[in-house]
Amino acid sequence: MQFTINGTVHEADIDVRTSLLDLLREHLGLTGSKKGCDHGQCGACTVLVNGRRINSCLTLAVMHQDDEITTIEGIGTPDELAPLQAAFVKHDGFQCGYCTPGQICSATGMLDEVKKGWPSHVSEALDGQVDLTDTEISERMSGNLCRCSAYPNIVAAIREAAGLAPVEHEVVGEDA
Amino acid sequence: MSNSATLKMDAAAEHSLLDDGVQGLIGQPLDRVDGPKKVAGKAPYSAEYAFDNLAYGVLVGAPFARGRITAIDDTAAMSLPGVLAIVSDPDKFLRNSGQGGQNEAPVQNAHEVFYMHQPVALAVAETFEQARAAAAAVVVRGEPIDGEYDFEARLDTADTPDDGVIPPATSQGDIDQAMVDAAVTVDGIWTTPGQNSAAMEPHVSTAIWDDDGLTLYGAYQMVASDRMQLADALGLDPEQVRIVSAYVGGGFGSKLGISSEAVASAIAAKQLGRPVKTVMTRQQVFDATIRRSNTRQRIRLGADENGVLHAIGHESLSSNLPDEDFFEPAGIATHFLYRGEHRRITHGIVRMNRMLSGSMRAPGEAVGLLALECAMDELAEKLGLDPVELRKRNIPDIDPEKQIPYSARKQVECLEEGAKRFGWDRRNRTPGAMREGEWLIGHGVAAAARTNQLMQSEAVARLTPEGRLVVETDMTDIGTGTYTVLMQIAGEMLGLPADRVDVHLGDSRFPPAAGSGGSWGAGSSGSSVYLACRKLREQLAEKLDCDPAKLTLKDGEAIADNRRVAITDLIGDGLEAHGRIEPGKTSESHTQSGYGAHFCEVRVNAVTGEVRVARWTAVYAAGRILNEKTARSQCYGGIIFGIGAALTEALVHDPRDGRIVNHDLAEYHVPVHADIPQLDVVLLPERDPYANPLQAKGIGELGIAGAGAAVANAVYNATGVRVRDYPLTLDKLLSGLPPV
Repeated sequence: MQFTINGTVHEADIDVRTSLLDLLREHLGLTGSKKGCDHGQCGACTVLVNGRRINSCLTLAVMHQDDEITTIEGIGTPDELAPLQAAFVKHDGFQCGYCTPGQICSATGMLDEVKKGWPSHVSEALDGQVDLTDTEISERMSGNLCRCSAYPNIVAAIREAAGLAPVEHEVVGEDA
Repeated sequence: MSNSATLKMDAAAEHSLLDDGVQGLIGQPLDRVDGPKKVAGKAPYSAEYAFDNLAYGVLVGAPFARGRITAIDDTAAMSLPGVLAIVSDPDKFLRNSGQGGQNEAPVQNAHEVFYMHQPVALAVAETFEQARAAAAAVVVRGEPIDGEYDFEARLDTADTPDDGVIPPATSQGDIDQAMVDAAVTVDGIWTTPGQNSAAMEPHVSTAIWDDDGLTLYGAYQMVASDRMQLADALGLDPEQVRIVSAYVGGGFGSKLGISSEAVASAIAAKQLGRPVKTVMTRQQVFDATIRRSNTRQRIRLGADENGVLHAIGHESLSSNLPDEDFFEPAGIATHFLYRGEHRRITHGIVRMNRMLSGSMRAPGEAVGLLALECAMDELAEKLGLDPVELRKRNIPDIDPEKQIPYSARKQVECLEEGAKRFGWDRRNRTPGAMREGEWLIGHGVAAAARTNQLMQSEAVARLTPEGRLVVETDMTDIGTGTYTVLMQIAGEMLGLPADRVDVHLGDSRFPPAAGSGGSWGAGSSGSSVYLACRKLREQLAEKLDCDPAKLTLKDGEAIADNRRVAITDLIGDGLEAHGRIEPGKTSESHTQSGYGAHFCEVRVNAVTGEVRVARWTAVYAAGRILNEKTARSQCYGGIIFGIGAALTEALVHDPRDGRIVNHDLAEYHVPVHADIPQLDVVLLPERDPYANPLQAKGIGELGIAGAGAAVANAVYNATGVRVRDYPLTLDKLLSGLPPV
């Protein structure tokens, strides 16, 4: 079977039971996507399928042979971080780092949803431009758990990547 | 000249070389050095090492909670495609996980089942999908017998355990008489449910054998003692076991000791002659690792009319398996936080067939202050006294039990600074009196304290001929920032910028460290790095023929006696030094703790009883802050854990068999983004020379201590409803809410 991941075509001979997440982690060596629950409850496995965020543990790999899949490895590398990744580092939007690739993939998809004007549970209106408040960011990111609880910093990082003003209380020092 | 330095903390470290450094690294809010790797998905966690011929293991749990296993029928499982073996070695398999810091094997003997879903076999196959199917097809037969599942019905069976981090029972004066004599009293029972650490990375082991023995890639907090546990469980010499835990996806206590997947993977890998990887399912993490015990806590406070405490009692019960000696030390902070010449603090264990209980983030303070700090709020109300003022009036001059002084203690400053920033003077003291539409608004305060500890820890530091500094220790970074703060300490000591310092952690081939637990990690491992680097400074001074005290190191240059030399000219073929810190007399001469104060605003929906945390200010003092950014993140994490404890987190045990019915992240509710506002956290400048040569105290657990009590006190202020049974779910509030 063939899969297009981060713009590269990969061949894999897999079980029909293999989830998209296990295809990435166990067959293709793309271990940036994490398994935290295998039940779609934590969001650590979030990847982009045709630009939309999805829990890759909740979908079978065989369903995605014609899709464009983007994982954290396709968003940026340690030497060339994408703006969201750099903002997560600057604002300390993680501690242990295990949920982080999922948070960043999710935020990437979320910002695109906002750009398209998709409303959320806390939006004032169902159409028109979304005012990306902290409440909107937090609501839209609530499918991604962080037990280290870097939530305030993740919101700050997303604000920066989205071009919004810094959070009032936050102290961000100079880089080393 | 010896190349090793040992310091036993027998006296205050009045001067720290960190204050002489001019590199400008220490204390700075630097980005994490492992950050770019983590955000790019390139930091290898223990399930992510690639091996040829890797086989996959999936654990099989017992289908009953108490009894004897009679057969593990693998007939159906072995007939499935790709299945290699159903491994069961009941003599060696772990019955219980290990506790932190123990050097012997945890309880083995998996012939007997003591709790539901106790692991009894490992299904191993060519692929994960095949192993999962095989595990489901294994038939475990046994002879179930009755177990003990009802905590409330068994309170009078509680036994007094052996000494833990504190003695289980202490008493002074006559608390019963003092309560009778007191002008104002509080006497109540608080209960807290069991909790799960729920680290995002499940427990995992990948086991590989070669001629030298076993290498195990596992998610651990304490590599040195986990290696001892694993070696003992397998009947090996420690030298035959290597553990690698380079990146750990959170621990919070759940990865202090080894768990069943480690021993099972090692046995299977040996039996099959190929590497075996076993990742626990999320449900298995809940069912078969370790939990924070539920507690039942009686608090007694007796004060005079001025609000000065004369009686303070904290009698608590927690639950654990038979023969396990860990008890939840709920009274740990009650020993030293407040005044009172009549005191009684006790702990008992109710023996039950529930999974092992042990340490979870701030064992003791995290649940103990949920009770004590709410009792203080009730006392303040009875006295008609501001709760901040009540706490200030009860700060002891010296430790009220040990009669020894405190080390650095900014308890008052935390309360005052927090009150000022939060606008505490503007709160409405009358419960239920503030309202916006259908939302009731309330404010609460609670104190934070977390005992500070120093543990033996070792590190090696090496200057390479190229002028790089390499630090090695088997210390772990479980998200705590160890890679970063050790770099800062080492770079500051030797005058090297961040990009010339390499810190290697989490490998038992490195010198044994204290490990990540009890908030002692940075202070202990950091001190060992400090000492190794101090020795390297002395070696450089010797090469330069100068007094080490007059040596200045900056940006790779050594400056002394009007000379300036590149350190690469002094290093030669390389320099190496070993550092070791040991606890000493300062642990006994001074009561040491970090302190803080939480101020919280909640909004409670008058119709539904839903509680939302709206605003938070916390002020902490914990000695020197090694990295303001990572320290602040630890505080955020602690506060949010505390919010979870107050509002949503609870293990629910089936009364028929003790099983945890909400054993996943959909049913066990940790806080999510939408539950948490921006938090205002302040770290007060402080130095604690009695703690260690860094003058730094632990900060990883201080944030959780008292946080949940601030929420509960705010909920009372909003609604007039006192809930003493955590978590404060809406069903406990609804009947008491004022009319809509």
